[in-house]
Amino acid sequence: MIPAPFEYLRAHDVAHALDLLREHGDEAKLLAGGHSLLPMMKLRLARPTVLIDIAELADLDYVRVDGDTLAVGALATHARVGEAELVRAEAPLIAHSASLIGDPQVRHRGTIGGSLAHADPAADLPMAVLAAGATLVLEGPAGRREVDADDFFTGFFTTALEPDEILVEIRLPRRAGEPWGYEKFVRRSNDWAIVGVATVAGRVALANMGSAPLRAAETERALAAGAGIDAAAELAAENTDPVSDLHADPAYRRHLARVLVARALSSAPG
Amino acid sequence: MQPRGSILGTRVQRVEDPQLLTRGGVYTDDLVDDALASAVHVSFVRSPIAHARITSIDLTALRAAPGFVAAFTAEDLALPGARPMLATIDERFTRPILAAGTVRYVGEPVAIVVTEGYYQAEDVGELVDIEYDPLPPVVDPLAAGRDEVLLFPDVGTNTVCEFLPEHRDEQLFENCEVVVSSEIVNQRVAPAPLETRAAAASWGSDDRLTMWLPNQGAQTSQRALAALLGLDISRLRIVTPDVGGAFGAKFGADPEHAAVAWVARELARPARWSEQRYDNMLAMTHGRAQLQTVTIGGDRDGKLRAYRLDVVQDCGAYPAIGALLPSLTRMMAPGTYRFERVESAARCVVTNTTPIGAYRGAGRPEATAAVERAVDLFAAEIGMDPADVRRRNLLPAFAEPQENGSGALYDSGDYPAALELALSAAGYDDLRREQAERRERGDVRLLGIGLASYVEITGGGDEAGAPSENALIEVHPDGTATILTGTSPHGQGHATAWAMLASDELGIPIELITVRHGDTDLVPEGGGTGGSRSLQQGGAAVQQAARELADIARLRAADMLEANPDDLRIDRDRAAITVAGSPHVAVTLAELAGVERLFVRTVFTAPGATFPFGAHVAVVEVDTETGRPTLLRLISVDDAGVVLNPLLADGQRHGGLAQGAAQALFEEMVYDDDGNPLTATFADYAFPSAAELPMFQLETMETPTTYNPLGAKGLGEAGTIGSTPAVQNAVIDAVAHLGVRHIDMPTTSRRIWEAIQTATTNAEGRL
Ligand SMILES: Cc1cc2nc3c(=O)[nH]c(=O)nc-3n(C[C@H](O)[C@H](O)[C@H](O)COP(=O)(O)OP(=O)(O)OC[C@H]3O[C@@H](n4cnc5c(N)ncnc54)[C@H](O)[C@@H]3O)c2cc1C
Repeated sequence: MIPAPFEYLRAHDVAHALDLLREHGDEAKLLAGGHSLLPMMKLRLARPTVLIDIAELADLDYVRVDGDTLAVGALATHARVGEAELVRAEAPLIAHSASLIGDPQVRHRGTIGGSLAHADPAADLPMAVLAAGATLVLEGPAGRREVDADDFFTGFFTTALEPDEILVEIRLPRRAGEPWGYEKFVRRSNDWAIVGVATVAGRVALANMGSAPLRAAETERALAAGAGIDAAAELAAENTDPVSDLHADPAYRRHLARVLVARALSSAPG
Repeated sequence: MQPRGSILGTRVQRVEDPQLLTRGGVYTDDLVDDALASAVHVSFVRSPIAHARITSIDLTALRAAPGFVAAFTAEDLALPGARPMLATIDERFTRPILAAGTVRYVGEPVAIVVTEGYYQAEDVGELVDIEYDPLPPVVDPLAAGRDEVLLFPDVGTNTVCEFLPEHRDEQLFENCEVVVSSEIVNQRVAPAPLETRAAAASWGSDDRLTMWLPNQGAQTSQRALAALLGLDISRLRIVTPDVGGAFGAKFGADPEHAAVAWVARELARPARWSEQRYDNMLAMTHGRAQLQTVTIGGDRDGKLRAYRLDVVQDCGAYPAIGALLPSLTRMMAPGTYRFERVESAARCVVTNTTPIGAYRGAGRPEATAAVERAVDLFAAEIGMDPADVRRRNLLPAFAEPQENGSGALYDSGDYPAALELALSAAGYDDLRREQAERRERGDVRLLGIGLASYVEITGGGDEAGAPSENALIEVHPDGTATILTGTSPHGQGHATAWAMLASDELGIPIELITVRHGDTDLVPEGGGTGGSRSLQQGGAAVQQAARELADIARLRAADMLEANPDDLRIDRDRAAITVAGSPHVAVTLAELAGVERLFVRTVFTAPGATFPFGAHVAVVEVDTETGRPTLLRLISVDDAGVVLNPLLADGQRHGGLAQGAAQALFEEMVYDDDGNPLTATFADYAFPSAAELPMFQLETMETPTTYNPLGAKGLGEAGTIGSTPAVQNAVIDAVAHLGVRHIDMPTTSRRIWEAIQTATTNAEGRL
């Protein structure tokens, strides 16, 4: 549980971080809160030889209203996202999601950008931004580009990020007052979801029901067609491919998805 | 009954806490000592395979690595290994310090790597090139019992030892109207102390070893380590720094400790070892690991008549303390009940898994879990309230020692009173009413109420005879005092408790008393802390020493004051000896100590083990749609005789209840069929946090024992023993009306949901 040797570099702004990324190529990894990367390095499941620390990039730590979106800097910590009045008012689903992550230590180090870039299919924020219909802003050598959350999570711990790109901002539709629902099925309060559900504005996203966070498309279609909650929730596990692990086999996960989607929808009337 | 002003029985604050909460403890890995300057770091390369022959070990790539000092394999070590702890076990089950030729579990040490720096160890260790020729593994103890795959082909069987009744009574259940039988898994759990294992070793110029290690009794560790190293104990000094949790798994010494001592001598340099969490989960002994078959018989009116317990004990790859656990389980088999006939048998087998050792309760929780499940199964079968079945069959109150029919002599007890207190504190009838209402309404969240009545054995003697412990008290000329104890505190609060006892007798303020333990040069004898023995033996010894010291002080004061010793008494307000009737004529203990050293060493011997008891009630909510259980309440009556300090007692009970509930709901060390551990990190090994536990409701009951003047029995493990079956019974009770009779631990959401599905499908099938 001691990482393999690595070189440590600290970036002083986004441009510097991009330069360092280009210089060190595949050998390098960005280090934000370190709460996914460092555990993997300690188990020697990840062995970057260079770490580029971006945790001090103050220019990526913000929460602000930008027209009809709420812009969250990639380095905003889970604690900040969970507690900021602005997020709680304009994107309560996201604030709630962040506030359920791990424990206080994790929430004060881990960042929203790190969580999304890490793309753990069982994690909270990936599913939440998917339900929220977020747009992710990536910056690379050629400048900035925007990717819909729907296109960002491409598979098991993989995303649309190129190796020379940094996730800089998460743009959330402002949804003050809109009903939302969130269900995180865990054994212990600080665990990852065995199955998770996030829903807002007719969108329903699932965690740990496949290799990436995904939308419960059949449920959404049924809801749009005017189906009742129970009937729509019955379809929640369609087209999912959940894993089998210590906590659940696929059959139990599918069952949980149906129950939890019904609960999330019932807690989000409208 | 205590003299006026006695502090015994009061909530004296822990004297240990200010340092622990500010500067922190000094654990083995924190030690700074001249003797350890420029120590090398020892680490172990462990087997990644459960069962294999080692075909080659190549150490050449290491030599050029930064920080490399040395590397060793079994061939280098000429040490005898850890022999089985029972004389009846075949010696060929001996565990080598490093695997020699064959590895038998994932985590077994195969090579030693020594580096200058701690962080280098893992890099260098990766370069050790070991080739394995895999052998078929056996993980399931029942499969191991069939001897198709052998861990020790020379021995020819995986069965290490068997404990059988003198004759099996084929008519055990003859006169029973109802007989119920079930298989129950008492699953393997990891002790997971916050402080992992560690050691620091330094050989002196006199060729004598000083070894610092976290342990539960320096003297026991000294004997165990001496045996592993083939040394006379006089050449070995053990020092115990602060210890961050042990739970039974830090008793004695492990092969790794011997290896560290050996390396220090071989290299003529001090050596240190501090284990990583992953290694700790794999290679520190695990606990429990019994497969049980219970059969219980009685009449439809609720009368219990006969009980049989068959145990298969998984010992892991080598028979350590695991092979001793079933004896305790068998001894406590009937628990608090009056059966006409009880029979038990046990068989210990080796499997390709981590060796099993002692774990909080060690053998007794397994007995309680079995009988408490059995009683509930019986109650469900005859359709009677489990509280009523217990009421009907508990042993009545007794003050004279009484045989339990399985080899234990219960000292004193009042099991019915404990049960009634727990039931009324829980509001049992109201809970049953609420349970019925929820069921009638068809609520998704159902209520389960679980009971456990328990009795356990604490402070048993060792093979040498009756349980005993020593204490030494010395009063110094400056008015302070020192207590030396053969017990070995590691969180329980002995420094507070022992100071209370001495202060109460001698009048020396608690803050002027220092309690020392865990250095075999200072305290050569002692039984350590385990089996909930400390207060009833070590505390009793302190009190006895203080009384003897007061007697000596009176005799010396008599000389000095030219008074008759019979006219002298101890004045506890001044820590002085005074003349009755003329209190101005006095000499303080400090003054006496100034004239001549004033100290007493004494040994307290108890007539036997004591049997604390109690009753727990758990209230659990089960979400029938998801299977998720939530522990809502845990009410405990833990009668451990007279309580010295309720604050310390509450702490022991809280920890015990949490750990017991954790076994029922969360914890399990899981292996796949190939013997790969699946729960070797804290992300996967699910011990609960405070968020998963309710406030505990502790009820007070004190039935004294006559076996020591304090009237105290052991309390350190009690919470663990009653709570596990209470919580498990509550989970099953929540869904019992659906036809569920049993769910194995840990009762996870998935298992509960599956049990509901099976029961519902069966019910539909019957229609
Ligand atoms: C004990 C514990 C409990 C946890 N519980 C939960 C939980 O309940 N739910 C949950 O969702 N998560 C949980 N987590 C994970 C936690 O949320 C992590 O903090 C988060 O997943 C990663 O964020 P980070 O800032 O720490 O990223 P890091 O660990 O620093 O980085 C993670 C990955 O993302 C990359 N990266 C980081 N920032 C960027 C960026 N701006 N652009 C491009 N790539 C980037 C890194 O190179 C790395 O590959 C837990 C973690 C721990 C240790």
